[in-house]
Amino acid sequence: MSAPAVAVPAVRRVPTRLAGLLVLAGVLVAVCAASLAWGARDLAPGTVWDALVAPVAGNNDHAVVRELRVPRTVVGLLAGVALGVAGALMQGLTRNPIADPGLLGVNAGSSLAVVGAISLLGVGSAAGFVWFAFLGAAVAALTVYGVASVGWGSVTPVKLALVGAAFAAVATSAVTLVLLTDEKALAQYRFWQVGSLVNRPWSTIAVLAPFVLAGLLLAAGTGRFLNAVALGDDLAHGLGQNVVLGRLVVLAAVVLLCGAATSLAGPIAFVGLMVPHVARAVVGPDHRWVLPYAALLGPVVLLVADVVGRLVAQPSEIEAGLVVAVLGAPVLIALVRGTKAVGS
Amino acid sequence: MTVLAPEREATERLQRVAARRRTRGVVVGTGLALVTLAVVVVNLSVGDMPIPFRDVLATLVGRGDETSTLVLVEFRLPRLVLGALVGVAFGLAGGLFQSVLHNPLASPDIIGVTQGASVGAVGALLWLGVGGVAVAGGALLGAAVAAVLNVVLAWRGGVSGHRFVLCGIGLAFVASSVLGYLLTRSDVRNAQDALVWLSGSVAGATWEGNARLAVALAVLVPVALLLSSRLRMLGLGDDTARALGVPVTRTRLTALALGTALAAVATAAAGPVAFVALASAPIARRLVGDGRIALVPTALVGVAVVTASDVAAQHALPGLDVPVGLVTGLVGGGYLIWLLTSSRPLTGGNR
Repeated sequence: MSAPAVAVPAVRRVPTRLAGLLVLAGVLVAVCAASLAWGARDLAPGTVWDALVAPVAGNNDHAVVRELRVPRTVVGLLAGVALGVAGALMQGLTRNPIADPGLLGVNAGSSLAVVGAISLLGVGSAAGFVWFAFLGAAVAALTVYGVASVGWGSVTPVKLALVGAAFAAVATSAVTLVLLTDEKALAQYRFWQVGSLVNRPWSTIAVLAPFVLAGLLLAAGTGRFLNAVALGDDLAHGLGQNVVLGRLVVLAAVVLLCGAATSLAGPIAFVGLMVPHVARAVVGPDHRWVLPYAALLGPVVLLVADVVGRLVAQPSEIEAGLVVAVLGAPVLIALVRGTKAVGS
Repeated sequence: MTVLAPEREATERLQRVAARRRTRGVVVGTGLALVTLAVVVVNLSVGDMPIPFRDVLATLVGRGDETSTLVLVEFRLPRLVLGALVGVAFGLAGGLFQSVLHNPLASPDIIGVTQGASVGAVGALLWLGVGGVAVAGGALLGAAVAAVLNVVLAWRGGVSGHRFVLCGIGLAFVASSVLGYLLTRSDVRNAQDALVWLSGSVAGATWEGNARLAVALAVLVPVALLLSSRLRMLGLGDDTARALGVPVTRTRLTALALGTALAAVATAAAGPVAFVALASAPIARRLVGDGRIALVPTALVGVAVVTASDVAAQHALPGLDVPVGLVTGLVGGGYLIWLLTSSRPLTGGNR
């Protein structure tokens, strides 16, 4: 398996890339504004602004913005950043372009824990699922990494990928088994499972945000390591990288980011799969640039999906997790079609 | 022309290695066949109405009493046969995909074929409210649409493995979203029915369905086996294969079409039985101890996994006939993990 093959752009200078990053930040701000203003009730920009800086008690529009749309947008931002970066880390680490943040079994572990919480403990709200989701994600990632490091040789990317896939199959089977015997659990789980940004209280967001931040801090230093690892473990070692330590740091970052994102928004794997591909198509294979681009692209993609989901099905809405794949897949396919690399 | 001594020695060594490989292949094949046979015996004689194995044999040759004949011929045999056929189909499909695409994660579960079939079948169940053959037709249609779209979208004067897999994953996610939409917008009881289909089950096996699947496999499996020597050369890399006279693009397309067709007919018959396609080839490769693709052992592993899982599925939880796909996920996943942690690494090609 070769490193993720992308269309290699002409050598771009740092200022161009920085400018691109700024443009992307601008787009993100615009998308956030749209997320605050549009929905079942469209609000004028002025109203949104008033609601943010000088809210009037009893004003319905202000209440909608402050109580519904701001938390929702923040959830989209946090989950989007986390998923985008986690995806870039995973694809870089495993050198496999089809790796996504769910590969470590994180999503499957979360799902299993959430189903257990619904079915055995009777937990019934998105806020209540958070800790179970996080715990499940962490246990899953540790199990997968632990199992992959047992036995012959070191933790190779292929081994990690296969153990992750096997763990996901086991956990998913267990989830389905519970759902088949417990209709009430299915009634709740199916909505958590598609992935959505709504109904997350501030307390939940405040608790999970530090995890995302910690994950981002860990990820920030890994660009150089991932660049070296893209050449193969031996070469990375030869270049003076501590491969084992670097791998552990990357995985810790993935668990923090992906666990937090899954706890916040449910298992939305597609953002993490697609965003790194877009980022690489724009800035090339240098992870020191791919990571920040992915961090900004992730929330853009997730929030656009959320806003579109609100607008297309009015007065009802479609969950962001469903929209994101339908919108994102054509982009991914177009990118892949534009790929110059012919290798497999 | 005389052969130089060192060359002859090398040739002999190669022949010895090849012979050892053949022996190991035969041993593994026999072992798998024995496992399957044991499973068959257990599967046919154990159940709500236990039938001693002697009576099973008598019934099969047409000399059993009426009840045993009914239970065996109408219920247990079709289920067993469906499990075996589905195992062959999924095992081969996964083996073909992984070999052609050089990616151990490639399987019809991941590149959209299964998801396409699922949308077709669940759509038929939930939208049209039909069952039976219509669901199978929906699955077949969905799988075909997904596969054709995938090739069309990934086509750029040829199909590279990388492009094909990524387009397939994109399609798979779209299909999963549609599926999620269908499941969240339907009555929870219907959603549970759909979930049974989505887990993959051989409980509803009929002789007519088995016959349809068997006919499809009778065409597809020989072609797959004929293709295997070319696939081995493809495992050496496109350029080497081309130099050896293998028509690379045509071989790859044929293998992908075969894999898709195998997965599609199997999914239509039993639903997406989890993990058999993904796990059979790696398990077979480890057992045979050969880095190259080994289609016959892969198919046998598929049969053993599905039929053995079905025994467990029927009897593990009293009073509940678990869909076999759940057990294949548990058993196959667990077994693959054990293999990965206990054996030496894969050698050679398909990594």
